[in-house]
Amino acid sequence: MIRLAGLTKRYGKFTAVDGIDLEIPSGTLFGLLGPNGAGKTTTLRMIAGILQPTAGTVQVGGADIVREPLRAKARLGYIPDRPFVYDKLTGAEFLRFVAALWGHEGPVIERRIDELLGLFELGPWKDELTESYSHGMRQKLIISSALVHRPQVIVVDEPMVGLDPKGARLLKDLFREFVDRGGTVLMSTHTLEIAETMCDRMAIVHRGRIAASGTMEELRAQTASEGLTLEELFLKLTGQAAPPTLSGLFDG
Amino acid sequence: MAEPTADPIPADLRAMTRAERRTAGRREPGVSVLLAPKWRSALARLRQERSGTRTKLLLLLAVGSVFWAAIFGIAWRVLRHAKQVPELGALLPGKMLALMLLAFGSILLLSNLITALSTFFLARDLDLLVAAPVDWLRLYLAKLLETTVHSSWMVALLALPVFTAYGIVLDGGPLFPLVVLGAVVPFLVLPAVVGSAATLLLVNIFPARRAKDILGIVSIGAVGVVVVVLRIVRPEQLVRPEGYRNLLDFLALLRAPTSPWLPTEWAASMVMNWLRHVADPLPIALLWTTAGAFVVFGAVLHRRLYGLGYTRSHEGAERVVRRPLRGVVLRFLGWLTPEVRELVLKDMRLFFRDSTQWSQLILLAVLVLVYVFNIRMLPLFSGERVPFLLVTAISFLNLGLAGFVLSAVAARFVFPAVSLEGRQLWLLRSSPLDLRRLLWSKYWTGTLPLLVLAVALTASTNYLLRVSAFMMWLGVGTIVLFTLASSALALGLGALYPQYDTENAAQIPTSFGGLVFMMTSITLLVLILVIEARPVLGFLQAGTPEERPVGELAVSLGAVAVICLGTTWGAIRLGLRKVAQAG
Repeated sequence: MIRLAGLTKRYGKFTAVDGIDLEIPSGTLFGLLGPNGAGKTTTLRMIAGILQPTAGTVQVGGADIVREPLRAKARLGYIPDRPFVYDKLTGAEFLRFVAALWGHEGPVIERRIDELLGLFELGPWKDELTESYSHGMRQKLIISSALVHRPQVIVVDEPMVGLDPKGARLLKDLFREFVDRGGTVLMSTHTLEIAETMCDRMAIVHRGRIAASGTMEELRAQTASEGLTLEELFLKLTGQAAPPTLSGLFDG
Repeated sequence: MAEPTADPIPADLRAMTRAERRTAGRREPGVSVLLAPKWRSALARLRQERSGTRTKLLLLLAVGSVFWAAIFGIAWRVLRHAKQVPELGALLPGKMLALMLLAFGSILLLSNLITALSTFFLARDLDLLVAAPVDWLRLYLAKLLETTVHSSWMVALLALPVFTAYGIVLDGGPLFPLVVLGAVVPFLVLPAVVGSAATLLLVNIFPARRAKDILGIVSIGAVGVVVVVLRIVRPEQLVRPEGYRNLLDFLALLRAPTSPWLPTEWAASMVMNWLRHVADPLPIALLWTTAGAFVVFGAVLHRRLYGLGYTRSHEGAERVVRRPLRGVVLRFLGWLTPEVRELVLKDMRLFFRDSTQWSQLILLAVLVLVYVFNIRMLPLFSGERVPFLLVTAISFLNLGLAGFVLSAVAARFVFPAVSLEGRQLWLLRSSPLDLRRLLWSKYWTGTLPLLVLAVALTASTNYLLRVSAFMMWLGVGTIVLFTLASSALALGLGALYPQYDTENAAQIPTSFGGLVFMMTSITLLVLILVIEARPVLGFLQAGTPEERPVGELAVSLGAVAVICLGTTWGAIRLGLRKVAQAG
């Protein structure tokens, strides 16, 4: 469903994403892991069609995001790491707007909006301006907006930020149901436990390249790290040392 | 497009009939859909304003009406006067309109350059729109319309009373508003297309984030040059026909178009042809076909360059930090408490590291240059001797001009102070820093440079006017008091009408609140001049020292001091209250 070939992004002399090749089939929940500044968000933004690659291609359901942007984007739902909501729109108005951007309107969408807002327990705030929403409520609204037009692929950057335990659990179930019905989810996360419990497959990105990818077992096999936890594997692959001694920080 | 299969909300899907699915089929989102959040947000804001405090609305209505009526009154008088000038009555209004539209055109070009940078490249909703399957042409048209409205509403508001005066004085008839609309729409669209296209090119040409910096400097510098050139042309010669060798020369100048290749001239011709009952379709054709062609050209450019430009505009920020004069500044601010010193330093650093802010100093320099040039060019000391009283009256009116310049500068540099704290306000609010200290620190950071400018402007222009010591001291004293008050008004109203979510600092002064500040500041200025006018005149006309109305002068100066200091205190209090609520 998603195919990246030689995907590269350079900012002047700095290479943020360095020739990534990746294929994510339908019905997969794929995790993109990596330390800060590894190139995860840049990769996701290129898949969403926000940034143009310096080199390489992105295909979503067979449509090239640069050459056939409308076809490719029509299949996508994108949840950014720093979500934007219009402060002076109500939750329902915002979802109606996003649905219209994807070309949907009418009573079906109204029902869809009600259903999504109900699912995320935002129903009572449906007609309140989003400026009065809490951080978590905004995050739930953004997730709803990515689902309102029934995408085939969801690209999500750090999905759990701001969600309470109930919301986080709901999102996990939602993504699992989505994937079981043939959808594709590509998510980036720092939280290794989430990746381990949710993702079917994952890739560890380091300095713009994929250091390893596959299922948990495949990752262990690739790196000859039998018995290691994902955290240990991650630190090994990204060359990050154990945290420094912190006692000095709080002395005197 | 294939029907999506993956949907984690099964209940809705199961309940949906085939027919419903068909009606829910994908439809291209139009320009109106893309703009819907903007007008809905504007409506929501308006509703909030209406349900909120009435004082703000009443203040706005009062100041707005006075201002609008004043512009109309001046335009009406000037036009009536011009109409009655023998031989020239038929030509002068047209020339004046062409010049006015030329000035508006220059303002619009700058305004569009600044706005297009925000709407096309910096706006926070762009990620959402760019990630959506939205056709490039619709995105371009929506953003162009947004740019046009944002950058032109103030000019349109100012032009409205002038056009109304034209319609009334020159008998435009009931269809005149439609003619004006027909001229104004393409007149507003053209600079928007040019500004957007120039922004697009610059963002593509210059490397990454620097494009934004360079764009700001280039655009403001270019407008500065335009203003200086316009000034050097000396349009005031139009109202001094004696400067021409003979009447024929003057008539020839009036008949010739100011700038035959500029749309401003076509718009003026279109309006004037209607008023003179001349049937000439050429200006209409030129105006509309050019506007149409430019929109097509802009769209083609957008299609080819926008994707790349948008990507480039998000590339890495500047990493090198320059710290010129750091030691000097630190020594200079050494007497302040650490928290206030750091606050002042932070404001200065942010100002000088953000090109959208410091590049406005170029405009300020241009403004001052034009101002001093105007005073120098006054024909007071060439040829026939001008009476002392007239020179003094001009120096008194000079106070008004200096006050206007200072208000404009305060709008640029002091008004945005609270808005620029924006999303970082939580940090200041959660720190043990007293809000009063925060606001007063911001006040003095903005006011001290403004005071230096105020005194320098007034003293130097009074020196050029060779005024008496009395007028010099009166001018400097009044302008100092006015500057204190105007700066406080800028800060207070900036807090009352904050633009916390702005993407471009240069847009803050041109916001609605910025307009309210300018109107309030100018109203205060007029009030001061009215209070001082009578006693000052009496003082200057007095034959002997005994005849001087010292008492009346002292009372009026005292009243001015009370008004200015009261305004300062009240405006800061207003700002304080608003900032306290914002946290």
